[in-house]
Amino acid sequence: MLRIPCPHCGERDETEFHYGGEAGVDYPADPSALADDAWAAYLFLRANPRGWFRERWFHGSGCRLWFALERHTVTDEIRSA
Amino acid sequence: MARRLPTGGSRIDRSRPVTITVDGETVEAYAGDTLASALLAADRLLVSRGIYSGRPRGVIGVGVEESNAYVQVLDDGHVDRGGDQGGGGGEPMVAATTLEVADGLAVERIAGRGWLSTDVDHRRYDTLTTHCEVAVVGGGLAGLRAAVAAQAPGVRVLLLDDGPVLGGAAADLPAGSPAGLELEALLGELTCEVLVRTTVTGSHGHGRLVAVERGRRLHHVQAARIVLATGAQERPMVFEDDDRPGIMLACAAADYVSRYGVLPGERAVVWTAHDAGIHAALELAAAGTELAAVLDVRGSMAPELAGALDALGVPVHLGAEVTGTDGSDDETGRLVRVHTSAGSWDADLLAVSGGSNPAVQLFSHPGGRTRWSDEVAGFVPDTPAPGQAGRESVVGAAAGETATIPGWREQLTPPAAWFRSSVGDPERVFVDPHRDATLHDLRRAHAAGLSSVEHVKRFTTVGTGADQGRGFGVLTVGILAQELGRPVGEVGTTTYRPPYLPLSFGLLAGRNRGVLSDPVRVSQVHDRVAHAPMENVGQWKRPWFFPTADETGPGAMDAAVAREVAAVRTGVGMMDASTLGKILLQGADVGVLLDRVYTNLFSTLKVGKVRYGVMCGPDGMVIDDGTTARLSETAWLMSTTTGNAASVYDALEEWHQTEWPELDVTITSVTDQWSVVAVAGPSSRFVISALAPDLDVSAEAFAFMEWREAVVAGIPARVMRVSFSGELAFEVNVPSWWGAALWDAVAEAGEPWGITPYGTETMHVLRAEKGFPIVGQDTDGTVTPHDLGMSWAVSRKKPDFIGKRSLARDDAQRPDRRHLVGLVPVDGRTRIVEGAQLVAHGADLTAFPVAMAGHVTSAYPVGHDGQPFALALLDGGRDRLGEVLDAVDDLVPLAVRVTGPVSYDPEGARRDG
Repeated sequence: MLRIPCPHCGERDETEFHYGGEAGVDYPADPSALADDAWAAYLFLRANPRGWFRERWFHGSGCRLWFALERHTVTDEIRSA
Repeated sequence: MARRLPTGGSRIDRSRPVTITVDGETVEAYAGDTLASALLAADRLLVSRGIYSGRPRGVIGVGVEESNAYVQVLDDGHVDRGGDQGGGGGEPMVAATTLEVADGLAVERIAGRGWLSTDVDHRRYDTLTTHCEVAVVGGGLAGLRAAVAAQAPGVRVLLLDDGPVLGGAAADLPAGSPAGLELEALLGELTCEVLVRTTVTGSHGHGRLVAVERGRRLHHVQAARIVLATGAQERPMVFEDDDRPGIMLACAAADYVSRYGVLPGERAVVWTAHDAGIHAALELAAAGTELAAVLDVRGSMAPELAGALDALGVPVHLGAEVTGTDGSDDETGRLVRVHTSAGSWDADLLAVSGGSNPAVQLFSHPGGRTRWSDEVAGFVPDTPAPGQAGRESVVGAAAGETATIPGWREQLTPPAAWFRSSVGDPERVFVDPHRDATLHDLRRAHAAGLSSVEHVKRFTTVGTGADQGRGFGVLTVGILAQELGRPVGEVGTTTYRPPYLPLSFGLLAGRNRGVLSDPVRVSQVHDRVAHAPMENVGQWKRPWFFPTADETGPGAMDAAVAREVAAVRTGVGMMDASTLGKILLQGADVGVLLDRVYTNLFSTLKVGKVRYGVMCGPDGMVIDDGTTARLSETAWLMSTTTGNAASVYDALEEWHQTEWPELDVTITSVTDQWSVVAVAGPSSRFVISALAPDLDVSAEAFAFMEWREAVVAGIPARVMRVSFSGELAFEVNVPSWWGAALWDAVAEAGEPWGITPYGTETMHVLRAEKGFPIVGQDTDGTVTPHDLGMSWAVSRKKPDFIGKRSLARDDAQRPDRRHLVGLVPVDGRTRIVEGAQLVAHGADLTAFPVAMAGHVTSAYPVGHDGQPFALALLDGGRDRLGEVLDAVDDLVPLAVRVTGPVSYDPEGARRDG
């Protein structure tokens, strides 16, 4: 059971959150300017590192804040992003 | 009670006899007995049979390390306090050594495999969450020391132990012994919270433990610090015919004397690899067991132990080994004779002790690494999981610490001993009796080229039984290492994963079962419609149809729906539409946000108007649709489908928070704040006019896709001219608590026009005739607005909206994409089946693979013209109108003709009445 530090509510159980995948994948400023492969990369391609990973979480059953943190994908250690 | 001693037994209460049933036969026991001790006391040695071999098996251990004695519980005998449902609760594969007896307990002996009860489990289970500063797992001396050291005012310490009493192994030693004295002192000092009969089954990282109390309560324990004082478990050794009833672990055998006053054998041979086995032998002898011989794999023996055995006249054989056993000829196959390298003896008990395994499972669960210790002859904790560092510590025997108290029976003493050289027939050397796996199987795995313990486990199934290798797992690793000629530590153990002990589904569910398994949502109108059959839409209960008194039997729904459809098409109907999702958007930039999330333009919408919109994901596929009304310059009310309200609300939040936080928008779910009654049909204008005399309901003054504030039946309301049926319709929105009153008023006002309540099925028929798709039924995440024929709702002018770039991909513009179409049966009468696959007409259904052209998404037995019809997704469907295909259900084809999706009023002439 991950204990996730919500910036607003403090540490809470993982079950109160939704996972949001890799953090920092911005919606392109002008999608129509992108070639198909660049657009596909935005839609589908995400990093999957063994180690520290900056990822998004949504406190859906709490304050409903979206935020990012860093989690180690092997050990599940968590630190603030 | 042939083997019950006249006195003794720290855990039993001889004043409370208990009667249990084994295979239908009565067995007498005492409160505090386990099933295993009760069976041993009754001299019932045959407890199970090998899963494949059918060989007779008995009790081997005294706790969770048991590998043989698993039974099927038919009735656990426990009556739930406060409940009217008692007992019941059949459960497969329960260890006799951990099952406490109770009056009414009924079990059946099994051969290695139980079965799932088909009865409803009426037992009550609870789940609890506990937060504490320190959780101490294990109430032996080490755990008690830790708990006493940690307890302080304001510090919540929780001590958990799986046994009925605290003290661990020390509780089995004489009260006046050094361990007994320390135990007494620690129990006197202990003030913290204690849970006994509570097994910690998992350590899930981040300080989370899951524990089971008495099989009924699941504790989620969140601890700032965890102390693992889980002790050690006795390990067997193997030899030919090592699985007979009467062959037990030595310390376990002694524990039956001290805990339950049961003598496990009258004449015993003891074979040990460490001092604990000799202590156990002396305890058995003191209780009355005649020791035929004591064999020690080691070449020497501590003088005081040798002296004690000598004083009893017991022959001691150093460096000796057991080579085989003989069993009785009767069905119990019980031990009658022991063969060893030092001679043969008649015996009814062979007590074996090959050392101890520190119980490292909970240390390993979150990722802690163990190492082999020659000193301990076992795997001991090495590196804790990174996430547990600084939070978790391991103490006592679990850490491989060797106790220093004299007379301490659980002392961990080398060397490692698995089996000796002269093993006899390897097919009769059982390394995991629970799985009937033998030394031969291990050698076969080795010969097949398997060297990883994980592979060998899967090849031979060792350690995969209900005991999960707690008894024989490390022994298997030792034997494998010997076979491979590699160090034990290099071979390593298999991965320990939660749960340590099996968890029942009832426990996981707790109280969340039956009607409480999922929240039930009902609208404020529910009381008025609750007599109707209900359809589950997400968590909502919605009236499905409203049968009259003579609409009964299997045709009731079809009859009711036909009548309701006719009422809406020719008169007026009413339905509770309160469950539709409603999201209030406020702020200066709502129009900007809506322009981005809807495919069409919204920012130009005037106050007082309503617009239909389609929403896509970034991949261009439809995720929801609905109408949005502009309430004021800065407030908009969005409606969503009933089932998607939460996901649309979440999506809006996500886009706003993560991509466009600069937008001045506040998003609020108001689904539960509004009750909605839809009044639909050509006569609906009269009904609304009667209810709201001040509202001008003429088509000129109140046009389609507009909303008005009005007083309806004396209730302040928003009235919207939207239609999901194609007919003239009004949706009346009132504060939710007025829902029932509004329903009553509409019903009363509509009476002169024969107003008819209708349910979701009629709503579906009405909308399907109009070709209005239901997102999630007629779409499946691969459907674009263009596929639905809704290109009119996709803006070409907006620079961007979510999904626009994806819709520009070549693939999104292929002419042969699946389009929404209508279908009618060629014969005009046979019902089309929802989910049926569409194939070429006359296609050979036996010539696999049959090319699929699409599938039926919605089907209804009767439309306005009295014929069945359906909606479907069909490859290039819009270009195939008039074509005949086969709709195949369960290999039965039905000829259908492709039509446009709109089968009723295609020119839209009816929406103004």
